[in-house]
Amino acid sequence: MGVQKTYAEINERIRQGKAVVVTAEEVIQLVKTEGLTETARKVDVVTTGTFSPMCSSGVYLNFGHSAPRIRGHKVWLNGVPAYGGIAAVDTYLGATALPDDDPLNSSFPGEFRYGGGHVIHELVAGKPVTLKVWSYGTDCYPRREIETEVTLDQLNEAVLFNPRNAYQNYNVAVNCGSRTIYTYMGMLKPHMANIHYSTSGQLSPLLKDPHFRTIGVGTKIFLGGGEGYVAWNGTQHFPSVQSGPAENSILAAGGTLTVLGDLKGMSPKWLLGASFIGYGATMVVGIGIPIPILDEEVLRYAALSDADLYAPVVDYSDAYPNRKPESLGLLSYAELKSGWVTIKGKEIPSAPLSSYSKAKEIAEILKDWIQGGKFELTVPVKTLPTPADGVVGKPMPDKGTSGVK
Amino acid sequence: MKSKKIVLRFPATSADQPLIYYLVKDYDLVVNIIKANINPHKEGTLIMELSGANYEQGIEYIRSCGVQVQPLTEEIVRNHDRCISCGACTAVCPSGALYIERPEMNVVFDGEQCIVCQLCTRACPVRAMEARF
Repeated sequence: MGVQKTYAEINERIRQGKAVVVTAEEVIQLVKTEGLTETARKVDVVTTGTFSPMCSSGVYLNFGHSAPRIRGHKVWLNGVPAYGGIAAVDTYLGATALPDDDPLNSSFPGEFRYGGGHVIHELVAGKPVTLKVWSYGTDCYPRREIETEVTLDQLNEAVLFNPRNAYQNYNVAVNCGSRTIYTYMGMLKPHMANIHYSTSGQLSPLLKDPHFRTIGVGTKIFLGGGEGYVAWNGTQHFPSVQSGPAENSILAAGGTLTVLGDLKGMSPKWLLGASFIGYGATMVVGIGIPIPILDEEVLRYAALSDADLYAPVVDYSDAYPNRKPESLGLLSYAELKSGWVTIKGKEIPSAPLSSYSKAKEIAEILKDWIQGGKFELTVPVKTLPTPADGVVGKPMPDKGTSGVK
Repeated sequence: MKSKKIVLRFPATSADQPLIYYLVKDYDLVVNIIKANINPHKEGTLIMELSGANYEQGIEYIRSCGVQVQPLTEEIVRNHDRCISCGACTAVCPSGALYIERPEMNVVFDGEQCIVCQLCTRACPVRAMEARF
């Protein structure tokens, strides 16, 4: 009879201060030395972490009513436009939003020094942010313009609400073309002179639960330094798990999460504005997810190492921008993390865009929270689509012509 | 002989003098200009590697012409508070000055190796690398 544990049993041990919690890095060695069954018996929770640029992020907020009242039709925070298409004093500020007067890529490559992610960082840091609202005026909301300063404390609500975060796995980007390209995967030199990847590999939350056995709607998580929840599957959630080239290795892809949490409980350390030259602004988000070790099968995946996890290599000079389904092969995170990889016989320096050391810090913090009895695990109220559900992406129906840069 | 990387700051008055020529001809120094922004009648900067037996005399000569000389290592600055050790700069850096320490996966900046190409200041998503001239 294999090991079987319930959330209730694990939470009881957390309350008694007896839960055994290890990070997704620590568990790998533990399984190697003590075996799967013994480790599954011993370990209650494995903590994961990621600290990466996550563009599909933002905050919705309610800034309260002025006297006389105004119905925000257009809203700016520190000059960055926020969405005015919801109720009078509610708005949504996206991480990639840019000031109206940003030069963008008119002088290529643009710098994109300040965007929505930077505003969110300043809000979390408690700094005053300029709020500008414009309206057309109505009988019930007569005021047409207001410019004031707000801080996070003064807002009624500020909720980080990220439609697509924690990408399970991601393309490894290389440039086969003949000029430097500026992408969301960073600066890629021509003729495959460098290669970039962007997950925390063996610490990455969704790579450690690729069949979504434990991560579902309602799962409580570390989000931006505070507590958050999985609200739904993320957009473009197309999970799949295939066998990798090495024995027992996997190529998992496509799983994503929608997450949310109270911005007022978060930290500027774990929500950072970021600028990708030639591409745009975004936000680096810290996420950590606990995986309850319910049985050996859950542990087997949670204990996969960088050598067992593969990612596809994609040419960002042609295949990616033109949506050609071509791959230059697979690389393991062990190869990618070593700093040098070989593609088509060429040795290429590899670099991450996702901070492994910060991801590890997040997994450690979450471990401390759970061990300290501050953080209990939640049973998902609904499971997310799994690889077995076979959800696949639909391309955009292209019914017109449009220009290309 | 190990070459030293230095930054020269030219006042407007000596920007049109062929000082580097005299460094080579009269002091027999080896120069390797990395970056220069020199315009007639304007203040300018020049970054170069310099080596040779008469290094000190050569430096004394250009200082006597009113040019400020500083070592280069202080010129690209890493803001430790901002850096998140993501690594985005490390494969872009052509000189190996920025690299990842394994297995901790922390980014290290070795100013000695830096050639001040400034690619890192563009590649860094959180603007932790700054050029200071």
